[in-house]
Amino acid sequence: MLQYLALAAILFAIGVFGVLTRRNAIGILMSLELMFNAANINLVVFNKYIGPDNLIGQIFALFVVVIAAAEAVVGLAIVLLLYRNWRGIDVDHINIMKW
Amino acid sequence: MYDYVLSSLIFIPLAGFLVVLLLPKNNFNLIRWMASIFSFVPMIISFVLTYDYFFTYSGSADMVYIEGPFKWISVINAQYFLGADGISVPLLALTGLLSFISIIASFNIAKRVKEYFAFFLLLETGMMGVFCALDFFLFYVFWEVMLVPMYFLIGIWGGPRKEYAAIKFFLYTLFGSIFMLVAILVLYFTSEPHTLNMLTLIQTAPSLGHSLQLMCFAFLFVAFAIKVPVWPFHTWLPDAHVEAPTAVSVILAGVLLKMGTYGMLRISWPMFPEATRFFATPIAILGLIAIIYGALVSMAQKDLKKLVAYSSVSHMGYCMLALGAWGSVTALAGCMFQMLSHGLITGALFLLVGVLYDRAHTREIAAFGGLGVKIPVYTGLMVLFSMASLGLPGMSGFVSEFMVFIGAFSSFKIIAAIAVLGVVLTAGYMLRMVQRMFLGEFDMARWGGLTEINLREILMVSPLAILTIIIGVYPGPLSDMMRATLENLVNLMAR
Amino acid sequence: MLEHAYFIPFYPLIAFLVIIFFTRWKEKLSAGIAISMILLAFVHSVFVLIAMLGRHGHPLELSMPFIEHPALKLELGMWIDGLTAVMLMVVTIVSACVHIYSLGYMHNDPRWSRYFSYLCLFTFSMLGLVIANNFFMIFIFWELVGLTSYLLIGFWFEKKSASDAGKKAFITTRIGDLGFIVGLLILTFYVGTLNYQEVFAKVQSGAISGGLLAAAGIFIFCGAVGKSAQFPLHVWLPDAMEGPTPVSALIHAATMVAAGVYLVARGMTLFAGSATASMVIASIGLITSFMAATIALTQNDIKRVLAYSTVSQLGYMIMALGLYGVDLAHGHHTAGYVAGTFHLMTHAFFKALLFLGAGSVIHAVHTNDINFMGGLSRKMKTTTITFFIASLSIAGIFPLSGFWSKDEIVASTTGHPFFMVVTLLIAFMTAFYMFRLCFLTFTGEPRDKERFDHAHESPKTMTGPLTVLAFLAIFAGWVGLPWLHHGFSSFVYHDVVHHAGPNYVLMIVSTIVAVSGIGLAYAVYYKKAISADALADRFKLLYKISFNKWYIDEIYDAVIIKPLLGFTKVLWWFDANIIDGLVNLMGWLTVKWADLKMWFDKYIIDGIVNGLGYICMAGSWAVKFMQSGSLQFYALMVMAAAIGIMLYRVTSIGFYFYLIGLVIVALLSVLVKMTRSDRVDAEPNIEG
Repeated sequence: MLQYLALAAILFAIGVFGVLTRRNAIGILMSLELMFNAANINLVVFNKYIGPDNLIGQIFALFVVVIAAAEAVVGLAIVLLLYRNWRGIDVDHINIMKW
Repeated sequence: MYDYVLSSLIFIPLAGFLVVLLLPKNNFNLIRWMASIFSFVPMIISFVLTYDYFFTYSGSADMVYIEGPFKWISVINAQYFLGADGISVPLLALTGLLSFISIIASFNIAKRVKEYFAFFLLLETGMMGVFCALDFFLFYVFWEVMLVPMYFLIGIWGGPRKEYAAIKFFLYTLFGSIFMLVAILVLYFTSEPHTLNMLTLIQTAPSLGHSLQLMCFAFLFVAFAIKVPVWPFHTWLPDAHVEAPTAVSVILAGVLLKMGTYGMLRISWPMFPEATRFFATPIAILGLIAIIYGALVSMAQKDLKKLVAYSSVSHMGYCMLALGAWGSVTALAGCMFQMLSHGLITGALFLLVGVLYDRAHTREIAAFGGLGVKIPVYTGLMVLFSMASLGLPGMSGFVSEFMVFIGAFSSFKIIAAIAVLGVVLTAGYMLRMVQRMFLGEFDMARWGGLTEINLREILMVSPLAILTIIIGVYPGPLSDMMRATLENLVNLMAR
Repeated sequence: MLEHAYFIPFYPLIAFLVIIFFTRWKEKLSAGIAISMILLAFVHSVFVLIAMLGRHGHPLELSMPFIEHPALKLELGMWIDGLTAVMLMVVTIVSACVHIYSLGYMHNDPRWSRYFSYLCLFTFSMLGLVIANNFFMIFIFWELVGLTSYLLIGFWFEKKSASDAGKKAFITTRIGDLGFIVGLLILTFYVGTLNYQEVFAKVQSGAISGGLLAAAGIFIFCGAVGKSAQFPLHVWLPDAMEGPTPVSALIHAATMVAAGVYLVARGMTLFAGSATASMVIASIGLITSFMAATIALTQNDIKRVLAYSTVSQLGYMIMALGLYGVDLAHGHHTAGYVAGTFHLMTHAFFKALLFLGAGSVIHAVHTNDINFMGGLSRKMKTTTITFFIASLSIAGIFPLSGFWSKDEIVASTTGHPFFMVVTLLIAFMTAFYMFRLCFLTFTGEPRDKERFDHAHESPKTMTGPLTVLAFLAIFAGWVGLPWLHHGFSSFVYHDVVHHAGPNYVLMIVSTIVAVSGIGLAYAVYYKKAISADALADRFKLLYKISFNKWYIDEIYDAVIIKPLLGFTKVLWWFDANIIDGLVNLMGWLTVKWADLKMWFDKYIIDGIVNGLGYICMAGSWAVKFMQSGSLQFYALMVMAAAIGIMLYRVTSIGFYFYLIGLVIVALLSVLVKMTRSDRVDAEPNIEG
C-alpha cells in the first residue's frame, strides 16, 4: 500500500510544485488536476486497504472526478476571460488585487 | 386637611412645568394662563397655610405640617422630609406671592414663551422646596434645582450681557454649593448613625469638635453668603439683576437672596452654636460694611436697575447685622422682617423699573427728568416704594430696620450705632434718584409719548404696596407668628 | 370725647385716603373734604381741651401693643396732658387756617387735589406726633412729618430749586434722626422701654447712670436739632421756602419745626436728668437763635427773612427749655418750661400769620424779593394791618401775645447772665429785622412800579384766615398773663406747677429793647435818616457773613457733600474693578488653567491615543506588502503554513528552524524582487 501512497504523495507534490511555479494559468489548472488525482488515489487506496467491504472511498473518488471536471470548466472559463482582458494568461501579470 | 400641603406647594409648580411643556408652543395665551394658574394655586395654598399657621400654631416652636420622613435614597439614608415653622411659613407665602406676580409680569415676554414659563415654574418648585426641606440632601437638591432654570432665564431672556451674567451667577452660586456639599458630607460622616436629617443634626452637631464646627460653619457660610450676598461676595448680583428680565429680577431679589439668610437661620446657626458665637462679630461687621458700602455704591450708580441692585446689597446687610446679634429675638425677628420687607419692596421696585424700561427702553437715570408731570401714578408708586425702601415709618422697611437696630444694639453698641448711618445714606440715594428721574424739568420732546402705568401693572404692584403698608402699620401678628420659633432658635444657639 | 382723642389724627388721614383714591379728579370736593375733616379734628380738639381744663391738666394714657418681644415692647398709644391739648389746638387751628387760605392761594394749580391731600397727610402726622405716648411712636410720626414736608416743599417739583430743597430738608432732618435713633436704641437697651412715663420713672428713680442719661439726652436731642432746624442742621429750613407759602406757614413756621421743641418739652424729665445734656440743649438753642437773627438782618427774600426768624425763635424756645433743664438738674424749678411751651404756642400763631401775610404779598406781586416791593399798604389793607400786628407780636410789644411769651423766655434766663444778654440782643435784632421787612414791604414808594400796579388785595379765603390768626396773635398770649394764677402755667407744666409772678423790671427792659429795635428800623428804612448801604459798607465783613448765611451751606458742600459723592464714585470704581475684578480674575485664572489642561489633553493624552493609531498604521503599512495580489504567492503561504503546522505537531524545534528558514527565504525573495524592479506590469484591458 505504501507504494500507492508514495505515488499519490509524489503526484501531489508535483501538483503543488506546478501550482506554485507555473506562470501559465492553464498549467496551474493542469497541476490542480494532478493534485485531485493524487487525492483520488489516496481515497481508493484507503478504501481498498482499510474498509474493503464498502465502497465509500471509491464513490467519493467518482464525486471528485465529477467536481474536478466542473472545476476545470469554471477554471478554463476564467482563463478564457482572463485571456480576453489581458491578452495573456501569465498569472504574474494578473495582480490587480495587489495592495 | 393639611396633610400634604407642603408637597403640594412643591409639586403643583412641577406639574405645571410638565403641563406647560406639553402645550403647543405657538399658543402663547394658553401657555401664559396655564402658567398663571399653576402659580396661582400654590400662592393661595401658601396664604391659607400662613393663615392656618397663625391661628393654630402661633405660640409653638415645633415643626408642623411635617411630611415624612419617607425613605428616598436608602443607601445614603436621604429622606423625603418636609416641615414648616414660623420662619419658613412667611417665606413660603412670599415665594408664592412673588412667583405669581412675576408670572403675571412676564406676559409681555415674546421670545420662546413656552420654555420661559416652564423654567419659571421649575424655579418656583426649587424655591418652595428649599423653604420646607428638612433633609439636608433634599435641601441641597432643591437648592441646585432652582439654579438651572435661573441660569437659562437670565441667559436666554436677559439683556445685552446676559451670557456673562448668567454664567457668573451660575458659577458663583455653584462655587458656594460645593462648600455646602463638603459640609454636608462632613456632617453625614460624623453623625452616628449616619443621617442627613436636619432636625437630628441640630441636636447632634453641636457635640462635634471645635475646629470641625468652625470649618463646617465657615463652609456653609460661604455657600449661603454668596447667595445673600454678603459683601465681598456680592458682585454677581448687580450683573445678574441688570441683565435679567424684570420678573426674574423680582424673583432673584425677592426670594433667592432670602434663601441665603434662611439657610443661615435654619441650618448653620442652630447647628453650630459655638461657631456662631465665635464668628458673630465678624459677621456683624460684614453686615455693617454691606450696609454702608452698598448704600454708597448705590449713590454712584447711573443705571436705575443697578441702583436697586446695590440697594439690595445694603438692605441684606441689615439681615447680616441682625444675624450677627444671634442672641436677641428682636434681632432675628428684625432679620425675618427685613427679609420679607425687602422681598416686597425691592420686588416692587424691580417691577416698576421694568414697567418704565418697557416703555422707555432705557434705564439711564440721567435720561429722565420731571416724569412726575407726565406719569403721576407711576411716580407716586415709585416714590412710595422708594420711601418704603429708605425705611419710612408706616411701611415694613422701618419696622424691620428698627428691630434690627434694637436687636443689634444689645450685642454691638458701636456697630449698630454706625449702621444707623445707612438710614441717611439710603435716603440720600433714593431721593437723588427720585429727584433726577421724576422731579425737575420735563423733556416733552423726548418723553412726550411716554404712557402711564397700565391696570395690569398697577394690579401687579398693588398687593406688594398693600402688604408693605400693612406690615408697617400692624406688624404685631407677623411678629407673634415668628416669635416662638425665634425664641427656640435663640435657645438652640445659646447651647 | 377725651377717651377717643386718639381719633383726632384719623380725621385728616381719612381725608387724605379719600382724596387720593376717590375724589382726586373733583377738585372742589377734595378741598371740601379736607377742610371739613380738619374742622372736625379742630372741634374734637376743642372738646379735648375743655375736658383737660376740667381735669386741670391731669394726664390720660391709652395704649395698644405694636410689637412685643421679651426685650422689647413697642406700643402705639396716646398721652394727653395740658401740653398735648394745647398742641392739638395749635395744630388744628393753624392747619385749618392754612387749608382755607390755600383755597385762594393755590387757585388754578394743576395738582390742587394732591396739594390738599398732602396737607391732610401732614396734619395727620403732626397730630399723631403730638398725641404719642412713647418715643417710638413719636419717631414714627416724626418721620412721616418729614415725608410730607419733603412732598410739600418739592410740590412744584418742576423747579429744580424746589426739588433740591425738598431733598435737602429730608436728608438733613434725617441726619438729625440718626441721633434720635441711637438715642432710642440707648433707651431701649438700658431702660427697656420707650414709654414716656416708664422712662421718666426710671430716670427719676436714679436707675440710670448720669453719663448714659447725658448720651441718651443728647442723641435724642439730635432729632430735635434736625427737625427744629437748630445749628448745625438749620440749613434746610430757609431753602424749604421753595414750597408754596401756605405750606411754609403750616410746616416751616407753626407746626412741624415746632416738633423739635415739643420733643424737648415732652422729654423734659429725661433731658433734665443730666445737666450736661440740658446745657448742650440750651447752648445749641442760643447759638442757633443768635446766628439766625444775624442772618435775618440782611436777607432780601421776604420768606427767607421769616424763615431765619423762625429758626431764631425756635432757638429761643429750645434755649429756654434747656435752661429749665439745667436749673432742674440743679434742683430748682424755673420759668423755662412754661416759657418754652408758651412761646411755642404764641409763635405758632403769629408766625403762621406772618407767613400767610407774606404769601398774600407774594400772591399780589409775584416775587419774593423785597427790593421789588414797597408801598403795598396802600393796596392791601388787611394784609398790612395783620402783618404789622404779627410783627409787633414777634418783636414783643405790650400787650400782644409775643410780649408775654418772650418776656417769660427772658425771665427764664435769670441766673445765666450771658444767656440773658444774648437773649436781649437777639430780641433787639428780631425787632429790627421784622420792621425792616415791614417798612420795606408796605411803606415808602413802590420800587417796582409795574408790579405795584398789578398788586391787589387777596381774596376773602385768604384774608379770612389772616384775620383769625391776627386775633390769636393779639390775644392768645393772654392765657399766660403773669397775673393769672390759673393760666397757662398751671395747665402746661412739668412735674409741678411753677408760677413765676410778674417781673416788672424785665418787662420794661425787654420793651425798651424791642422798641429801640423798631426805632432803628424806622430810622433806617422809613425815615431813611441812616443809610442802609452806608451801614453795610461800614461793617462790610459782618454784612458779608450775614448775607451769605455764615457760609455754612458752602462749607457743608465743600466738606461733606462733594467729598461724599466723590467717595461714592471711588467706591463704585473699587467695586467694579477690584472686588469684581477679583471675581473675574478668578474666572480668568480658571479659564487659563483649563487652557493648560486642554493643552495637556490635546498633546499628551490625545497624543497617546493617536500614537497608538499611528503605530497600527505603520504596522499595517509594513504588513500590506503581503497582499501581493499574486495567487501563487498566497498558495505558497498556505502551503508554508500547512507545512509549518504539521512540522510543529512533529517537532517544535524543527518548526522554529523552519520559521527562520522561511524568514530568510522571504528576505531573499524581497531582495530578488528589488533587483528585478524593471519589470512592468501589464495594463488591464479596460474595454474587455
